[in-house]
Amino acid sequence: MMRFIWPFIIFVVLAGFLLVGLGLNPREVPSPLIDKPAPAFTLPQLHDPSKQFSASDMKGQVWLLNVWASWCVSCRQEHPVLMALARENIVPIYGLDYKDKRENGLGWLSNGGDPYVLSASDMEGRVGIDYGVYGVPETYVIDKQGVIRYKQIGPVTPENLKSKILPLVAELQKK
Amino acid sequence: MRSLLVLLMCLLPMCAVAKDAQELAADPVLEKRMIGLAEKLRCLVCQNESLASSHAELAEDLRREVREQMSKGMSDQEIIDYLVNRYGDFVLYDPKVKSTTLLLWFGPFVLMVGGGLLLVYQLRKRKRTLANTEVELTPEAARRAEQLLNEPKDNQA
Repeated sequence: MMRFIWPFIIFVVLAGFLLVGLGLNPREVPSPLIDKPAPAFTLPQLHDPSKQFSASDMKGQVWLLNVWASWCVSCRQEHPVLMALARENIVPIYGLDYKDKRENGLGWLSNGGDPYVLSASDMEGRVGIDYGVYGVPETYVIDKQGVIRYKQIGPVTPENLKSKILPLVAELQKK
Repeated sequence: MRSLLVLLMCLLPMCAVAKDAQELAADPVLEKRMIGLAEKLRCLVCQNESLASSHAELAEDLRREVREQMSKGMSDQEIIDYLVNRYGDFVLYDPKVKSTTLLLWFGPFVLMVGGGLLLVYQLRKRKRTLANTEVELTPEAARRAEQLLNEPKDNQA
């Protein structure tokens, strides 16, 4: 009997690891930017390229930076959620139109609705690289001091909004 | 005539050798250095491809970034640090040795040494038990052994 106990224990431990591994998302790369200052950028605004938008304009406010593009498929899934969030007026959402054509980006917003206070256009994707963007959509929660507090990789859903993003926003707004 | 035609048709695929899309850098030395570095980096989009071989748009952008930084005179290490600051250790194909990766780096050796020690221990234990066991033969077995040992050896040639 005793001779089977060790192989059995090893089997259970191994199976436990594998079971946990099944539930992990291997595509999700943890961002090293969490709790670091949001990289500074100044970009032309999508609607009016003669005007600029800088991340530093947002000091003193908790805000969301949502990276989107007209070519991005998951953004379609995310879009109604952002529209609903924008209607609630809890937290301002700013868009970063990533590697897009201006007319396509504008078309997407006029067709589907525009949840953003404004969108900045990052046509060459350089600001995207600074923010470590590797899969659109991505959403950053940035606090009053301009520090990134959370990064949502992939679409914002009612679930992750409720469980992560909104509680965090409420907490940061109190500070 | 016909065989010639067949031969020609067999050669046809030679014209269709696919080439990788070349991104141009004015300086071939720099391009080579860029590719050398990009082979050590992982593409974030197709995660089992290196930055050098990936055709994802992000990989193209990152190669452009690396190329530009090299022409600005940054060292390989500085460029690696730049990317790690943005994308984390994940971009490195060789993970850094630090507390969270110790098991990854040294786990296999620990297992190997542990397995070896266990093997030695088990073998010693077995030898000891064998040595301590008095083998008692029944008269029947003793006679049989005797017989086997004394067998004429001519059938072994």
